[in-house]
Parts: sequence; C-alpha cells; structure tokens
Amino acid sequence: MNTADFLSLTSSSLIAHRTRSLLTALGIAVGIGAVVLLTSIGQGLQQFVLAQFTQFGTTIVAVNPGKATTAGTSVGVFGTERPLTLDDAVALEQLPYASAVVPFVQGNAAVEYGSLSRRTTIFGAGPAMPDAFRMAVAIGRFLPEDDPTAPRAFAVLGSKMRSELFRDENPLGRLVTIAGSRFRVIGVMESKGTVLGFDLDDTVYIPAARAMNLFNVDGLIEIDVMYDEDTAVDTVVEGIRRVLTARHGRDDVTITTQQQMLDVLGGVLDVLTFAVAAIGGVSLLVGAIGIVTIMTIAVNERTNEIGLLRALGARQGQVLSLFLGEAIVLAAVGGLAGLALGTGLGQLLHLAVPALPVRPSLFYTVLAESIAVTIGLLAGVLPARRAARLDPVEALRAE
Amino acid sequence: MIELSHIDRHFQVGDQLVKALDDVTLHIGAGEYVSIMGPSGSGKSTLLNLIGLLDRPTAGRYRLEGTDVTALSDVEQARVRNSQIGFVFQMFHLVPRLTAAENVELPLLLAGMAAEERRPRVDAALEALGMADRAHHKPEQLSGGQRQRVAIARATITEPRVLLADEPTGNLDHKSGGDVIAILEGLVDAGITLIMVTHDPAMGGRARRQLKMMDGRLASDETGGPDDTA
Ligand SMILES: Nc1ncnc2c1ncn2[C@@H]1O[C@H](COP(=O)(O)OP(=O)(O)OP(=O)(O)O)[C@@H](O)[C@H]1O
Ligand SMILES: [Mg+2]
Repeated sequence: MNTADFLSLTSSSLIAHRTRSLLTALGIAVGIGAVVLLTSIGQGLQQFVLAQFTQFGTTIVAVNPGKATTAGTSVGVFGTERPLTLDDAVALEQLPYASAVVPFVQGNAAVEYGSLSRRTTIFGAGPAMPDAFRMAVAIGRFLPEDDPTAPRAFAVLGSKMRSELFRDENPLGRLVTIAGSRFRVIGVMESKGTVLGFDLDDTVYIPAARAMNLFNVDGLIEIDVMYDEDTAVDTVVEGIRRVLTARHGRDDVTITTQQQMLDVLGGVLDVLTFAVAAIGGVSLLVGAIGIVTIMTIAVNERTNEIGLLRALGARQGQVLSLFLGEAIVLAAVGGLAGLALGTGLGQLLHLAVPALPVRPSLFYTVLAESIAVTIGLLAGVLPARRAARLDPVEALRAE
Repeated sequence: MIELSHIDRHFQVGDQLVKALDDVTLHIGAGEYVSIMGPSGSGKSTLLNLIGLLDRPTAGRYRLEGTDVTALSDVEQARVRNSQIGFVFQMFHLVPRLTAAENVELPLLLAGMAAEERRPRVDAALEALGMADRAHHKPEQLSGGQRQRVAIARATITEPRVLLADEPTGNLDHKSGGDVIAILEGLVDAGITLIMVTHDPAMGGRARRQLKMMDGRLASDETGGPDDTA
C-alpha cells in the first residue's frame, strides 16, 4: 500500500466520524495546549528573571562572611569567623584585576526632612557602586572618594525617596536626618525600578562606614568585586580568597560568582518549568485514554471491515498500521491544534498582561508534538493489535 | 487446480468437539462451475472459507495450483487471497464510508498498485457490471442488487482464478438474485472457477457440478446441469 493511499484510507474513517474524531483530538489538543502555554510562560518568566539579574553586569563576585555549607546559602557559625571590614574592602581594591570594590551594609531607619518622615531601607555603600552595578545618577553626584573609614556625612536618594520627601523642591544641598544623624543630600539616582521584589528607588545610599555606625554593626554584609572582563573568574576568586585568608588568618568567607547565582536560579526555574509541563502532561494522559477508548470502539464497530480487508488480501501488518495510523493522525492533529491553541492563548495573555513575559519555546513545542505522536502510537497499539489478530472468518461473521 | 485431501476442520466448544468438516476430499478443476448445497450447519461456509485461505484445516492437505497452501505463512496466504481468490458474501460487506469505486479499488490498493493504473481498471469493472453511473455513490445509496454487483466487481478486479460466493443471492429478491447469478455465470463463461454456496435448489441446480454436504461430509457430488440435460 503506498503512503498516499494509506493516508486517505486512514483519514476516510476519521472523517466519517467527524464529531467524535474532533472530540478525541480535542482531548490531546487541550493537553498539548496546556503544555505549550505553561512552558512558554515558564520560559518567559525564566528569561525575565535572568534579565533582572544580569542587568547589574555579569563580572561580579560577591563575598559574604561565613563559610557556605551548600551553594548559595551562607550559614555562618557565629563567633568563629571574623567580620568583613572596610579594611578588607580596601585590601581587595589592591587586586590588579579588581575594577571596582563595593562594601555593603543594610539597615532600616526613618528618613526625615522638615515635617516629612519615611521609613525605609538604608544602604551603606562605597563610591564605586554606580559603576559596578550600572546605575546612573540623575542629578548631583554619587558618594565621593573620601577616606573609607571616615567619610563625610553625604546621602544620595533613590528617585522615589526624593519625590516622597521633597516633592518639587530641589533636594541638592539639603540636610536629611537618618536615624537621628544628619546627612547632606548630594545626589539623586535614576529610577531603577523593582528588582526581584526590592524597590531600589525607595532607598537612601550613605557611606558604608557611616551606616555601620548608625546601625551599630562591626561587619559588612557583603563586598562586591567587579573584575576586568578578560580575567578568568577562577583567577579572581582565587585572588580574593588569598587576600582575605591572609588577613583573617583562615578562609572564612563565601565567594559567589554571578555564574553560580545564575546556575542556582536557573536550576530553580527549570524545576518550575518542568513541574508546569508535568501538569500539562496529566491532561495529555487523559487525552491518550480518550484515544484508546475511541480506537477500541472503532475496532469493535469495524470488525466486519477488518474481516473483509483480510479476505481481500490485507496482511495482519497492514491492518495493524491502518488502525495505528488512525490513532497517530488523531493525536498529531490534536497536537497541532494544541500548539496553535497554546501559542494563541500565550499571545492573548501577553496582550492582556504585557508585564507577564510569554516566550514560546521551540524545544518544548517540538517536544510536545513528538509526545502527541508518541501518545497516539502507544494509545493505538493495543486496539490496533487486537484488530490485526482478529480471526478473519469470525470477523466477517460478527454482527 | 483445487485439491483437498482428507480435510478436517474441528472446533472445540467447551468439552464438545464440533466436526464442521470431516474427512473431505475434493478436486475442482480450472473453469468449473460448482454449487454447494446442504442443510444449515453442514459445513458449507467452513469449506468455502478454507478454500479461500481465510481458515486453516485441523488436518489434511490443500493444494492450490499444485502448491501446498496450508503450509504458507500469513503474509503469503494474504498475497494468494489478493491475487488469486475473489470473495462474494451474502452480506455484501461493502465499506460503508467508501464509494462504490473506492470499494472496488480496495484489493488493488492493498496490493500497492499506483493510482493511475487502478483508475481505468475500476472504471472498466464498474462499466462491465452496469454500475458506471453509480461509481461515486455510497453503499447506503445503492439497492441490494447494486451492492452485490459492486461486490462482484471488487471480487474480480484482480482477475482471480477462483471466485467464492457464499449465498450471494441470500439477501436479494428474486429478480436481482437472478441478475447476480447471470453475472456470475457470465464470469464462468469467461473462464473463472466459480464455487457458490446456496440454499436455493433452483440456483444450485444451474451449476454443472453440484455438491451436497451433510454433517461436515460430502454427501454427493453430481455432474450434470442445464447444459447436460439440454
Ligand atoms: N468458530 C466456530 N466455533 C465453533 N463452531 C463453529 C465455528 N464455526 C462454525 N462452527 C460450526 O461448524 C458447523 C458448520 O458451520 P458452517 O457455518 O460451515 O455451516 P453452514 O453449512 O454454512 O450453515 P448455514 O447454511 O447456516 O450458513 C456448524 O455446526 C457450526 O456451529
Ligand atoms: Mg454458511
């Protein structure tokens, strides 16, 4: 039997039972549609989050106090490790490939100006922060290169903090009170928006040494080291470890590269995407059961036809392929409809909620269609085998 | 060309053994016109199915054109059915979703013949049976007699040597039954070997050779028909 004849014979029976063929294919379409839609949302989310991370640049290494027990989680054993200090940060600046070193301290405090007050997160940072994190100053300037241990009491506002405290007034040169201490505003940052749920505009940046005093802490929470692009990340990590081990007497810090952060994050998002695909998979299973059911019914209804085909000289293998072909066509057509459905819904969703990134993944699309065809194959095997093994005489005699 | 020797076909139903065919020995030559008659359950259909390679004997040997076909594999038997044997059934057994022409085309399609080659043969076959104007009708749009004509066209499209008909007029009225017999006899005149099971003594009596079956055995084998008595 040649291919064109095979296909036309296969489709003739599907077309003869249009409604039920469509309903059966719909079962698969819903499953594939769900897989495609959910995975494209998952993929879009993944790329969105990664973009959020990498907007700060990829040549960053973060140093945190304490030794990490597993990648990404720093479980410091209190009292045994030395705190990270501003002197450590200064020492790291001596590394030849360190283009910028930014110490960080963080705390919550009220910021007051005139009669207005706003409680927010205060960042103690170093003057290199805008360079390191690709942030720009809107007006004025960022914290100057003072003596790191005794910097002047300057503050730089996030854009939201500025509008909340100063309205239309020019904040440059004004004095704000942070946790009881007075700081002179010398600049306002450009809006950076919310990054991973953290509003970088609703904050104030002050020199790290001042923040340590203000919050009464003796250590930094993090030192970020930017390095030259042409230096291997391992060299940088080794250099940092050598400097800090020499200063602390032992290796008691956690060094996390941007790549490690991305790997951990990517891993989490992969699991998410996979879980979501598995949900779609369940609806595919239901669709597959539909195909088994309908093919079993078809074999029962067409027992006479099977006997006839055998009498006309059809081999068992030909009967098998005919019924298998029907199951596969059902699933493949359902799969294609599902692809259209999933992609279409994804686009609609994107139009309705532009913030939600929808990124159809070719990988999952091809995978979904292959799964559909495989499901057709598996679902069709049992009924088709039964058809092929029918005794021709009994099949012809069946009512 | 058909040589059956000591053929048994037994069915085990529960603890009872049904001898549908019991030691049947029969030779049928090329071009013969044979009718098989006998009471219900005497094994007529079983014999026909066996000759048509739809069934295998429990014991005995069947040679078709000199080759032992009982030993053939399923695939080889299918090829023999396709090229050398035509079936006509009481129930017509047309595929309801296919047109008359598509039904007639089926054996050629199964054999893998190209579409361009099939079409003229199908047209000619329908034309010969006066069904050309019904080529694109579905079976449900045809009368019983017309359906059986389509079935005969399908059975003969591969130009088989043997045509097996199991009560071909059983579902037809007298008039169209007569037409169908006339068509089948026309095929005999053209050289085909026709073996026909029938309950109708008048129709069975038209065959040159008449077999009678009883309880799975050949009860009588008479040669002589309208041609001889005339
Ligand atoms: N698959 C089977 N299983 C059990 N017994 C069977 C089977 N097929 C046929 N038989 C038995 O074999 C015997 C012959 O059956 P067959 O169909 O050949 O009769 P028949 O002469 O064609 O009868 P009818 O004129 O009613 O068509 C019957 O007794 C029948 O019950
Ligand atoms: Mg019978």
